[in-house]
This record gives sequence, C-alpha cells and structure tokens, in this order.
Amino acid sequence: MSRALPKGSRLRAELLPLLLFAALAAAPFIAEALGEGFYVKQLARVMIFAIAALALDLVLGIGGMVSFGHAAFIGVGAYTVGIMAEHGIVSGFAQWPLAIAFSGLAALMIGALSLRTSGVYFIMITLAFAQMLYYTATSLSRYGGDDGLTIWDRSAFAGLLDLSDSHVFYGVVWLVLLAAYLFLRRVARSRFGRVIAGCRENERRMQAIGYDTYRYKLAAFTLSGALAGLAGVLLANHTEFVSPAYMAWTRSGELIVMLVIGGLGSLHGAILGAIVFLMLEELLAGLTEHWMLVMGPLVILIVRYARGGLVRLLPGGRAGPS
Amino acid sequence: MDPILLAVQALNGLQLGVLLFLVAAGLTLVFGIMDFINLAHGVQYMLGAYFAATLTGWTGSFLLGAALALPAAAAAGLLLERLVLRHFYDRDHLDQVLATFGVIYFVNEGVRLLWGPAPLSFQVPAAIDFSVELFGGATYPAYRLAIIAAGLVVAAGLFLLVRGTRFGMLVRAGADNPRMLQSLGVDIRRLFMLVVALGAMLAGFAGLMAGPLLSVQPGMGDGVLILAFVVIVTGGLGSIEGALLGALLVGLVDTLGRSFLTDLLRLVLAPATANEVGPALASMLIYVVMAVVLVVRPTGLIPAKRAS
Repeated sequence: MSRALPKGSRLRAELLPLLLFAALAAAPFIAEALGEGFYVKQLARVMIFAIAALALDLVLGIGGMVSFGHAAFIGVGAYTVGIMAEHGIVSGFAQWPLAIAFSGLAALMIGALSLRTSGVYFIMITLAFAQMLYYTATSLSRYGGDDGLTIWDRSAFAGLLDLSDSHVFYGVVWLVLLAAYLFLRRVARSRFGRVIAGCRENERRMQAIGYDTYRYKLAAFTLSGALAGLAGVLLANHTEFVSPAYMAWTRSGELIVMLVIGGLGSLHGAILGAIVFLMLEELLAGLTEHWMLVMGPLVILIVRYARGGLVRLLPGGRAGPS
Repeated sequence: MDPILLAVQALNGLQLGVLLFLVAAGLTLVFGIMDFINLAHGVQYMLGAYFAATLTGWTGSFLLGAALALPAAAAAGLLLERLVLRHFYDRDHLDQVLATFGVIYFVNEGVRLLWGPAPLSFQVPAAIDFSVELFGGATYPAYRLAIIAAGLVVAAGLFLLVRGTRFGMLVRAGADNPRMLQSLGVDIRRLFMLVVALGAMLAGFAGLMAGPLLSVQPGMGDGVLILAFVVIVTGGLGSIEGALLGALLVGLVDTLGRSFLTDLLRLVLAPATANEVGPALASMLIYVVMAVVLVVRPTGLIPAKRAS
C-alpha cells in the first residue's frame, strides 16, 4: 500500500522506524553519559521483547491469526540454550541455529494442528498448546523444573564476540532487531506477505483464486515461531537463566497487548508497543507494587478507545509496510 | 494395577471433570449466544472461592457462606458485564480477548490487595470431614463425594433449565441464531446478562467447592480457565453436552494419566527413563487428546449446530 502513497507521507512513514532505531542506538551512550548504566540492561530486555512482538506481528498483525501462545516459542528458544549450556555446549554457533530450529519446529507442529481451525478455536488452541509446553517445562526436573535453570556461561562465539560485555550484548540485540525488522518488512512486501495479508482480509477469496492458504499461513506461523525462538535465545543470554515463567500464558497476552498498543501490522508499531508497554510496566512497578491494578484497566481503555495503536497517532503512521 | 487405587483415582478424575464442567458451561453458553470469548471467566471461579471462604469465616457456617457466596458471584458477573463486557460485544475476538485479559490483571491484583498474597485458610466443613469406606477397605473423603454429587445435581439442573424452560429455549435459540431471536422481539442483551450471571454463578460454585481442597489464592482461576478451554475445544464450542463430555474426558484423562502413566511406561521402558518421561508426558496427555480430537473432528466431539 505504501507504494500508492504520495512521496511526502512515504518519507514520513520511513522516518519513524529510522528515528526508533537511531534512538535505540544512541540510548546506551546517553545512559552512560548520565551515569545510568543500569538502563542499558533494561533497554536490551525491551529490544528482545520487541523482536518477539515483531515475530507475532507477522502472524497476528499481517496474517490476522490471533496466536495466544507465542511465549511458548520464546521459551523453547531459551530452554534450548539453557539445556545445551547445562551439557557444556556453549558455542553460539551450535546453540543459536539449533534453538531457532527447535522453536520453528514447535511452531510448525502447533501451527499444523491449530491452523485446521480459525477464529476463537485458534485462540484457545494456541493458548492450550502453549500451556502444554509450559507444563512440560515445569516437569523437566532434570533441568530445574519449576525453579528454572541458571546458565553459567553466555553463548560463546569463538572469541569473536564477548556477550558478557553489556555493550557488546546490547549491540548484538540491536542488530538482531534491525535485521528482524528489515527481513519482515521484505517478507510483508513480498508476494508471500501479500498472500498472508490477503488471508486476513478474506481467506475464502484467496482460496478461490487458487492459493493453498493453509500452507502459506503455516509457513508464516513457523517463521514467526522461529523468530520468537531467537528472541528466547537472546532472553536466556540476557538473564543468564531460563524458567517456565518465560512461557507463562500471561506473557503471550502481554505480547499481544504490546502489538495493540503500537499498532497491528505495521512492524515498527510492534517495536514501539514493546518499548511503551515495558517502560510503562517499569514506571508503574516503581510507583506501586500493585501496578497491575492500573495496567489492567489501562489495557481495557486502550483496546476500547485507541484502535489502531500509537502508529496511527504519530505523523505518517498510517503507512505501514503491509 | 491396583483396582482400589484405580477406583479412587477415577473418582478424583470424575470430581475434576465435574468442576471443569461447571466452569466450561458458562464459558460455552456465553460464547454460544454472543460469540463472545470471556477470559475473565476464570476470575469468577476465583471470586467464588474467595467469597465463600470469607463469608464462611464471618458466618461460621459453610452452608450459609456458600449460599451467600453464590449471589455475590452472580453480582460480580453482572458488574463485570455492565462495566466491561458489554462494550466489546460488537468487537472482534482479539479485542474481547485483550479487554478480558485486562480484567484478569485487575481482579487478580485486586484480590491480592484485599485478601493478601498468601493462600486463604478454607477448611472442609467439619460435618462432612470424614472418609467413606468404598470396597475392599478403600476409603474416600466424603467431601469429595459431595462435590461429585453436588456437581452432578447442578449439571442435571442446568440441562433441565436449558432443555425444558422458556429461558432455556431462548438460550438455545440465541445460540442458534441470535439475530433472528432479536428480530422476534427478544431483548437479547438482557438475555445475555442473565447468561453471564448464570455462568458466573456456576463458575463461582465450582470455585467455592474446590476451595477447601486447593489453596485459595490470587490467580487460582487462570489454570482452570485454560483447562476449560481445552474442555470446550474438545467437546465442541457452544454446546453444553459437549462441555459435559469434554469435562469428564479431560478430568479422567488428566487424573488417571498422572497416577498411572509412569507405571505403564515402566512396562516398556527402563525404570529410570520412565520416571523421567512419565510426569512430562502425563502433563501433556490432555493436550494430546485435544489434538487427536481436532484432527479427527475439527469442530469438537459434540459441536453446537450454528447457522452462520
């Protein structure tokens, strides 16, 4: 759709993502200058969830598939790193591809079953399967069960990268986020992406003109799960810990809330939503221990009144890539 | 396999199934009529337990506490409908999911604020706190039998209500074709309010009965909500018979799986492997059942007939 827009608004549509990434790149320098190095770690976490929210935007925002189980794929990615590290395999060259493969595989299996249905069924089934993985994680007594698993070493890259340096780690997360964003933007603008978006608009019509929509949706779901798994890899390295809590169903819900705050289907809205949601959480949690008492009604009000999310309110926001 | 243990676990499974049915019934009725997905339904289960525990403490009588907790749970349901749900009837499922997700945040935290984060003490009523001899020397707590009995009575009453009364006729008609019902001059919003209140009361009833067995604490409804989803997906969305069948299936499979799967695996696997795989597999079992049902019958075991 962006192609049809006049030149000026297209420029503005590119401006917001550009500003976002520039701000995220500058943030650690500013934080250090202000002597608030703590925020570097916080922002890395925000960007990791932004990657997961981006992954969800592909299926939910662009494809219209309301997956209520994406936290499970983050968990599969994180657990792969944790379990491999527990067995002494700390090389990122082994951990990362395998984690992405496993979470993609989990998404492929869950998607293959869930996509046989649609609508409310799909929401409940993705939620149920995610809960299954959650309980499986809690029953892995060998890997910490309920208590989780401490990761003693972050992923090693043969001395090329030292992830235990918080700035290097921040840079890696920033690059992964940028790569994920650019990649998904390409995907959204490709024929594949347009078929997925077509399924959201009217799946029957897509079938009538000859697309096997099930396969397209399953491919998108698998891709999204694999990317969420990559977010899990980063999260495990960030916290140096994995636990079933990463897969809690409320996490999946929060990912959707991030998307809705930012705006569905625009991709950069997912990043914006993750930033706003997690900052808000931080802010409220700083004010009161009962921050959920405020966040709950806030979510309800946002859903009720702020349709389209923040990207709609910002200049040029209407022009998403899809 | 020990037949006594099997019988005891089957009763436990039946008891879980009955409780799940009470929660799933409201969820599936609300969905059937208004095409509304209410995540906050698990909250009603939690509130039922909290109301009953508190009122039992005040009145000193479990029966009185329970009798007062039921209308309180229904009132909470009505309040929720009035404040939140009704604004989202015309929205898509995503908005409904998110709005009711916000409700869960709020109510769980509100309960934590009012009653504290620690589990509430809620005892099995003394009058019924004994064990019944089954057969061959096996004993079973009378309170759990009472839950099964009460649950089955309520389930029967619900079927009579839905199948045999004017209100039930409207509910069924609403599930079939809400627009037609509205055109015939039925105030469908009022009907929906009643169904929400009924569902809230049923879930609250399940919560107050389960309260003395489990720990009454914030968030206790979340797990039950997801199990209720598994129940209605397996049984067939919008169908009360499906909810019953699904609930009993999930209750029995989960309970029996957890107690016997590891032993069964030992027959084919090395004991150490069985001990490790068994619990993980047992916790996955109901989802496997759900997956199988989905493959064989994507709309559930007994789907509601819907004119779409």
